[in-house]
Amino acid sequence: MLKQPVSDRDWARGPADAPVTLVEFADYECKDCRASYPVVERVVQSYGDRVRFVFRPFPVVSKHPHAQQAALAAEAAGRQGRFWDMHRRLYEAGGALGDDDLIRYAEQTGLDVDRLRRDMQDEELARRIHEVKLMGVRSGVSGTPTLFINGRRYEGKTAPVQEDELRAAIEDALREVSSA
Amino acid sequence: MRPLGDGAKAPDFTLEGSTEEPVTLSKVLQGTPFVVLAFFPAAFSSVCTDELNVLQETHDEFQRLGARLIAISVDGKWTQRAFAEQNGITFPVLSDFHPKGAVAQKYGVMREDGTAERALFIIDSDRVVRYSFVSEPAKNPGVDRLLERLEELQAERK
Repeated sequence: MLKQPVSDRDWARGPADAPVTLVEFADYECKDCRASYPVVERVVQSYGDRVRFVFRPFPVVSKHPHAQQAALAAEAAGRQGRFWDMHRRLYEAGGALGDDDLIRYAEQTGLDVDRLRRDMQDEELARRIHEVKLMGVRSGVSGTPTLFINGRRYEGKTAPVQEDELRAAIEDALREVSSA
Repeated sequence: MRPLGDGAKAPDFTLEGSTEEPVTLSKVLQGTPFVVLAFFPAAFSSVCTDELNVLQETHDEFQRLGARLIAISVDGKWTQRAFAEQNGITFPVLSDFHPKGAVAQKYGVMREDGTAERALFIIDSDRVVRYSFVSEPAKNPGVDRLLERLEELQAERK
């Protein structure tokens, strides 16, 4: 079970009162996360206002040398109100996530790059990512990506996420909510 | 075969692996209140890799709770070294290779197919098992229960 409820500190898309909230813990440098990205996007978008999507960073820094910087870049973009644009750009980068790449993506996204650089150094952001990761493992995140639907861990395949399985799980959650 | 349960005496062992020197359980326990033993089926398989990555990512948290991590599979020493190196694993990944699975056998977590179960144990400084859990082989157990149990055990010590 997801121990930490979604709050205004989270990156969330969709209405707060949507019947289904999908929370994803993921790492921009993880292949399965990248492969799951278009699937999750397609499914979430197809449900419109019925699904709220929340992204929580879980950079596996021991394995992925650029994951932490990439996560910081997304958080820093968030301070300019552009988290989701950077999020998309990082996933679409196909794994090219070196420091120069991150700056280039920030430029292409139209961000204030100097500010982004400064914010990426801000320990508050690193602390926030660390906190999110610890909360994640406490909730049973055991690898990336890990998904939760209305607080319950998604048990479908995640390497990568399968569209039909994810849809079925969301349908179940919608049914559960409407019959409650 | 039944895995050792709460209260059982944990068999001592000395194994080589990813570390420079062989690791002896009883010696590790002289310097720490708890050891978490994570048996896993096979180095480099995807579930095992995820499992060890998450242990590594939460290494600090385990240390804060007084626990040292040790992972064990029946893979050879050189495999464990490559596996640990490739995944940035800094805790010992040990090789229960010869006689094959002897330690897993003693802990009751050796499978018919010649690999170890995906099993977790918390051992205290008296070398007594304080938590044991065997997961389905294909299912990564995560670390949430381990951390909760360590917190309980910490509270008992105070």
